[in-house]
Amino acid sequence: MRFAAMLMAAASVFAVTAANAQSPVKVKIGVLNDMSSLYSDLSGPGSVWAAKKAVEDFGAAAKGLQVEVIAADHQNKADVGTSVARQWYDVEGVDMIVDTPNSGVALAVNTVTREKNKVFINSGAATSDLTGKACSPNTVHWTYDTWALANGTGKAVTKNGGDTWFFLTADYAFGHALERDTSEVVKANGGKVVGTVRVPLNTSDFSSFLLQAQGSKAKIIGLANAGGDTINSIKQASEYGITSSGQKLAGLLIFLTDINSIGLKTAQGLNLTSAWYWDMTDANRAFAKEFSAANGGKYPTMVQAGVYSGVTHYLKSVAALKSAKDGAAVVAEMKKMPTDDKLFGKGEVRADGRQIHPMFLFEVKKPSESKGPYDFYTLKATIPANEAFRPIGEGDCPLVKKT
Amino acid sequence: MFELLGISPPALFGQLLLGLINGAFYAMLSLGLAVIFGLLNVINFTHGAQYMMGAFGAWMLLNYAGIPFWGALILSPIVVAAIGMVIERTLLRRLYHLDHLYGLLLTFGLALIIEGLFRRQYGASGLPYNNPLPGGTNLGFMFLPNYRGFIVVASLVVCFATWFVIERTKLGSYLRAATEKPDLVQAFGIDVPRMITLTYGFGVGLAALAGVLAAPAYQVSPTMGSNLIIVVFAVVVIGGMGSIMGAIVTGFGLGVVEGLTKVFYPEASSTVIFVIMAIVLMVKPAGLFGTAK
Repeated sequence: MRFAAMLMAAASVFAVTAANAQSPVKVKIGVLNDMSSLYSDLSGPGSVWAAKKAVEDFGAAAKGLQVEVIAADHQNKADVGTSVARQWYDVEGVDMIVDTPNSGVALAVNTVTREKNKVFINSGAATSDLTGKACSPNTVHWTYDTWALANGTGKAVTKNGGDTWFFLTADYAFGHALERDTSEVVKANGGKVVGTVRVPLNTSDFSSFLLQAQGSKAKIIGLANAGGDTINSIKQASEYGITSSGQKLAGLLIFLTDINSIGLKTAQGLNLTSAWYWDMTDANRAFAKEFSAANGGKYPTMVQAGVYSGVTHYLKSVAALKSAKDGAAVVAEMKKMPTDDKLFGKGEVRADGRQIHPMFLFEVKKPSESKGPYDFYTLKATIPANEAFRPIGEGDCPLVKKT
Repeated sequence: MFELLGISPPALFGQLLLGLINGAFYAMLSLGLAVIFGLLNVINFTHGAQYMMGAFGAWMLLNYAGIPFWGALILSPIVVAAIGMVIERTLLRRLYHLDHLYGLLLTFGLALIIEGLFRRQYGASGLPYNNPLPGGTNLGFMFLPNYRGFIVVASLVVCFATWFVIERTKLGSYLRAATEKPDLVQAFGIDVPRMITLTYGFGVGLAALAGVLAAPAYQVSPTMGSNLIIVVFAVVVIGGMGSIMGAIVTGFGLGVVEGLTKVFYPEASSTVIFVIMAIVLMVKPAGLFGTAK
């Protein structure tokens, strides 16, 4: 009996040492986004799926990483986002937060992440300040930003004769940044901004604001808003006959899921800028097919694809360093290593934390041209990677040394 | 005077009209709440979810059964009202003898569950619903879409009819009597519990009707109710809990006030109603049309 006990003890010691010899690097990823409100279809549970898919495709276990993915809802409130981030970093041992649409929340999480020396990979938020004034050695901004949107849609529309603009702006960090960046593009291309109205987030009735826009006689009504706000403004603009009376709408940030909600009949002909579209390459289509099967028939947006791409690159860097603990070191490694994955192709992460890839200008199809679910866009132009984002010297990012 | 306000008269009339259109929704929703509170003493937090169910009912009838808007305008409220009556019979009824708070908690919980189920099934970003009355009329000072005009007229008719039935008919007098002295009314041979069920159904039906009216104008989305319900509660509080006329007048009135805020200081348009609520509560705690009990 005593012999058996000794044998057991010896065996357990062996087991422990064996486990130590190949103990995997633990990595905990937190997907923090809007799970229930106006941005939940474009990020939400779909982004969680994308993050998990990236972990699976990366083959994390075989590369010595033990990855866990958790998720939370920030309810579009900066204070909720901040407290979740603190809870995750301090108590639950989260190493990296990903996604986080809503620029207000993203800027708050950006600060917490830097303070705790963790990693923040943003796919969902738009404000170009994340790689500008507010840039951080712990943050990478992946999919798109307000500068890229303005540079895509704003430039194309202004050059096509839309030289007077009136903005309907979502009244928070994102809307302000998008309006600012677009105004600059409009002015740089010889256009003029004749007015702007700041609309509270999540407004259901835009008719009053649309009427003000109509009264301004501007040729273009720029929608510096997103999600449900964009959907409502486009729908109601068509109802009030604004589009048929000669004024044009420029949706500066439109997601695939928005078009689905507006319906092609109303949305047809809109120009928009996007970082990713499912029907462009075989790899994208395969990803979309799997995504749709797992997410009740919805198709992935650029934000969700960006989460996949960002998590992939993050895991590569952690695998190279064999540790996820020092956030700044992981981000430095991410900047050193060129990015390459099946959805976003080859690219790089710049010194200011901006991930660089081409952007695309699309036009929304007519109902008669659409052949199936989510067959919405025709490609009009590709903006090459080196022109798609704000030149690194112009963002006022303190991490970039002025030459 | 118009120059002082910095706005041209046509633009001002346009905005007033828009305010009335929004007020139409506030009025119909707060009317349903007022009827339910006045007669059942229940603070019906499920109201927003029932409004949303009305809109989804219209969408489902169109997409699954091919029934167009005009059919849905009648069918959807009936179906939602029937579901409401089942809720009243099986759940709410058990709480009448308890404090208001319990009814509030139950209906709030139900609202969360219903909204969650719809979000699970249809996502949060909404579904398209085509405008049944495309086109519009140029009124000189603004372009009025036909459908928006229809909303105002329909809402005024419904509101007036409700007020008339409750305040001016025999049926209404039974209802009012039943709230004051249920035992006595029952003793006269009137089935009070059934009357209460039907009243709840009617209030819920009003919410669903507003939902159907909203479907073509806004998006059909699971969160459409919760976005609106807080404002509507503020309207009811300002008008005076349980006051039918109060709900109608403040509904339209606050729609106009909100509309004007959207012109002069748009940033405040989502808060102005709550500011008014705070002021009214300080000056006249029972609400503008309410009587202190």
